[in-house]
Formats: sequence, structure tokens, C-alpha cells
Amino acid sequence: MSFRVHVRVMPREGLLDPQGQAVEHALGALGFADAAEVRVGRAIELEVAAPTRPEAEARVREMCDKLLANPVTEDYLLELEEA
Amino acid sequence: MLNVAVVRFPGSNCDFDALRAAELVGTNAYFAWHRDASLRGADIVLLPGGFSYGDYLRSGAIARFSPVMQAVQRHAAEGGPVLGICNGFQILCEAHLLPGALLRNAGLSFVSKPVDVVVERTDTVFTSAYAPGSRLRLPVAHGDGRFVAAADTLRMLEAEGRVVLRYVAATESSPFQPNPNGSANHIAGICNAAGTVVGIMPHPERIAEGVLGPPDGLGFFRSLAAWRPRASTLNVPSR
Repeated sequence: MSFRVHVRVMPREGLLDPQGQAVEHALGALGFADAAEVRVGRAIELEVAAPTRPEAEARVREMCDKLLANPVTEDYLLELEEA
Repeated sequence: MLNVAVVRFPGSNCDFDALRAAELVGTNAYFAWHRDASLRGADIVLLPGGFSYGDYLRSGAIARFSPVMQAVQRHAAEGGPVLGICNGFQILCEAHLLPGALLRNAGLSFVSKPVDVVVERTDTVFTSAYAPGSRLRLPVAHGDGRFVAAADTLRMLEAEGRVVLRYVAATESSPFQPNPNGSANHIAGICNAAGTVVGIMPHPERIAEGVLGPPDGLGFFRSLAAWRPRASTLNVPSR
């Protein structure tokens, strides 16, 4: 089976996120004063072949831990759908 | 003669400066390419600054998996000295040869200017030529230089005296802003427990000759040139 995977990598909660702050500031300047707690992360899409969904997820977690996210500063979320 | 390998990745741009500085102090310096599986008998490895692999994903994240880095990992594991400058520091953190990470500067701007730092560790392979507490003026040029580590890691680095360079506050004689990037504890450089692997954000190789200004960076290279392997494999000229 093949799975389409969406990986969302976000700066860890509590870490200074200057990009998020800059975007929040810009939104405020554009009149979107109701925008708050803006954070900027990264989205990665990939396909992975695996016999089952749990195996696909385990494989992608390994990819995240080794490369796609930095374990010191980032957290990640996965969404899998059958391709 | 000491063999010094300067590792070049696609996107390295301080490689010639590092090579020249290593040659200035009388070492046999040469380039190693990112695809090389061997460091060709290097005694010391320099990871120069630049934008390896275009800084894709995260600075240093891709370089970590290049064949030459497997050789650098082995070299470091055997106690071989490694100095990572700027992008080289980022690569050392990504490779887990040093703790922590280097994130986007707090001010978001790329910062290219001289900064003042104090040398807090002088018993490393790369800082032995400096007097303890020396203040240096070195150039920085980076977008991702904000050192970040978990609170317990920061405490450990401080308790073990592993902060090698720290940004110091501006004084009357120093017009430069302290801490150009928002680094935790004003950290500009750290080392591993043994003092053999050192990572720094400032660029000593860019200020290692008098023609460029007071050569405050030369000490890093004089230090490494004075280092000797424990079981020396060097060719000692016979009398």
C-alpha cells in the first residue's frame, strides 16, 4: 500500500519564534488586529509505501526524528491518507 | 607536519579563507570534498562557513548525512579535533557532535558585522594560544546564529565550562551591540566535553592577517598548529 503523508513541523512551544512574531506584527499592520499567537512552521508532503498504516506511520516518524524535524527545537504532526 | 582537512560542501564559501589561515600557521592544509569517504589522514578537520546544500530544510541538516561527515564522525569519536565555523557549527549541532541548535536570528536579519567576544575556555585544541579572558573582535555573518538548547543542557554547558566564546557587552571602547542574534546566555561558541570539538559562530579565518585589521582570529589557527596527537603519527624531521 502507498500512503500520502502530510508532515507539519512546528517550532517547539515556548521557544522564541521571531518569524511568527514578525508575521503577527504584519497582520496587525494590515488591520487584522484579531490575529494572535502566530507561529510559523514548515509543511512537508511525501509518499511512503508500507504494508499497513501503523508501519507507514512508524517509518515516517523515523524520518522525522532523523531528518525532517530537529528534536532539539521542533515538534511534528503527521496525517496519513491512502494514496 | 599536521594534516588539516578543510571540508567543502556545495555552498561552502569560507573554504579558501580557512585553508589560507591554516597554511599561514604552517600546516599541510587541503580540501576534502563532501562525497569523499576519507579525510586522507587528517589530524584536524575544519568545517568552514557558507550555506551547505543551500541551507535547505535547516542549516546544516543535509550536510550531516554526506559521506565525508561519516568520516568526520569517526575522526571525532577517536578524539580527533574538529572546528566548525558558522555553518560548520550548525552542521556539528545537527550531527549531534555538539548539543543544542542554531535558529533564525532573533531580529530576523542576516547579521554581518564585527562583534566582541570573550574567550572563556583556553584549554581546547583551538583556543590554547589565547590568554584566559581575552577579548577578541571577530566578524560574524549569519542568518541562523541564535544558539538554543534545553534548560538542562544550558545548565550542563555552563557547569562544565563548555562555553568557549561569549558575546560581551559593548563598552566605551567597543561600539558593537552585544549578542547579535539572541543566543541563549550570549553563547557564541561551545565545545564537547573533551575540548576537541569546537563550534563557533564568528569567523576567525576572516581576520587572521594584519592587513585585514588586528588579527584577533589568528589565535585559533596558532592553537591548532601547536596541537599534537597523543600517539604522534607525524613525520618528525630527522636531525
